[in-house]
Amino acid sequence: MCEALPCGGIEDGVISVKTYNCDIVIVGAGPGGSMAAKFCAQAGLDTILIEKKAEVGAPLRCAEGVSKSWLSEVGIEPDRSWIAADMVGAVIKSPAGHEFRMDGRKTGEEIGYVLERHLFDKALARDAADAGAKIMMRTGCTGVIREGGKLVGIKANSMGEPIEIRAKCVVAADGYESQVARWAGVKTVPKMGDINSCIQYRMTNIDVEQEWCEFILGNDIAPGGYLWIFPKGNRSANVGIGIRGDRCNVPAAAKYYLDKWIAEDDRLNKGQILEVASGMVSTCPGLDSAIYDNLVLVGDAARIIDPITGGGICHACRTGMYAGKVLAECNEKNDFSKEALKPYERMWRNRMDDKIVRNWMAKEKMNSIEDKQMDEIIDILSDYDLKQLDVFGILKAIKDKFPDLVEEFADLI
Amino acid sequence: MAIIVDFGKCLHCGGCVGSCPQNAIYMNDYILEFNDNCNSCKRCVKLCPVAALRME
Repeated sequence: MCEALPCGGIEDGVISVKTYNCDIVIVGAGPGGSMAAKFCAQAGLDTILIEKKAEVGAPLRCAEGVSKSWLSEVGIEPDRSWIAADMVGAVIKSPAGHEFRMDGRKTGEEIGYVLERHLFDKALARDAADAGAKIMMRTGCTGVIREGGKLVGIKANSMGEPIEIRAKCVVAADGYESQVARWAGVKTVPKMGDINSCIQYRMTNIDVEQEWCEFILGNDIAPGGYLWIFPKGNRSANVGIGIRGDRCNVPAAAKYYLDKWIAEDDRLNKGQILEVASGMVSTCPGLDSAIYDNLVLVGDAARIIDPITGGGICHACRTGMYAGKVLAECNEKNDFSKEALKPYERMWRNRMDDKIVRNWMAKEKMNSIEDKQMDEIIDILSDYDLKQLDVFGILKAIKDKFPDLVEEFADLI
Repeated sequence: MAIIVDFGKCLHCGGCVGSCPQNAIYMNDYILEFNDNCNSCKRCVKLCPVAALRME
């Protein structure tokens, strides 16, 4: 059992760092970390969740758009407190301005929410705490501890003091930074073409449709990425952009292209900015393995994210939940080896891997398309009777109308 | 050659941390530190969304 108070101090004149002992230590209190903490603690595991920042869920590093369908899958009940706006549809705009509208009211589909991430993340962390997880704020991991080659815990800096947290298994939920796994010897850095550099303004006093998420494409608008407008109610919205890493060819490329668009968009250029957020997102398939002896990677840290949209909240929540469930089983046998953790790898791959690989190939193809062809595709899709309002539905329509474009991964569509 | 951080521009997003092939950058909330593993590849300079990094 974890001691409420750490041990350590001065013994025989040698200063030792404070040491905490627990079953599972989780690095990062984003959605993935909090879900893992909740499911570990619920199963009776002594769980410590550490968060480097001074506030869970802030500062923002996210466009805050989510679809609705997965929430019930991970046991999250929608709560008005963390929903900023309810979307009826999504509109994709081509470089020349052609529009393709995906209207949920026509198909009876629930589209999605735009969240208040700072409240959503806190709600999940609260669930973890309610289940019995201990949360340590302003506690950043600085390395891993190995003894005889075996991973036995992490080093951290907690409120300015060095500490050690010893655990049977470490969960790396440290998001895009993904340093915990690297300290443990796992390569997690994507290649430049599989990174999007992003910036976002929360704008107000703007004239955008308040129930539609907008995605704007174009090689001169958002090279190798897209520009988004996700409404947040009260004439405000997250207006952001992602630029493919190997196409960041001007200084501050993300900011340059976003500012350029806003200046020319009459709906936006009289608006004011309430918040500036930046960040990066991986757009590669998941790592070859998200499990190692005494180490599990969840969410962005494992590069488990949708490579075409850059959306990763649902992936983080699912992988966090799977990790918690599998760790509880491992604890029964007191075996946290890579072999024992295999059910986790199977669970996330069965649920998501094909889609992630398919969307990565679709992203690569999309990034190679000239503006003129993108105009043509969006134009034709706008008259298409889409059966399913998501990336899969769009890819099926493209397979029907432009089979050559997707022939390399047609078997995944 | 060393990476210089303009903290007036930096938004502390940690994007450079996750993109560094050498794992040479550490961010503790508001401080970015570069260690000796930096091999001046300039990936972070190119990717930074707000041009807060430069090499001198």
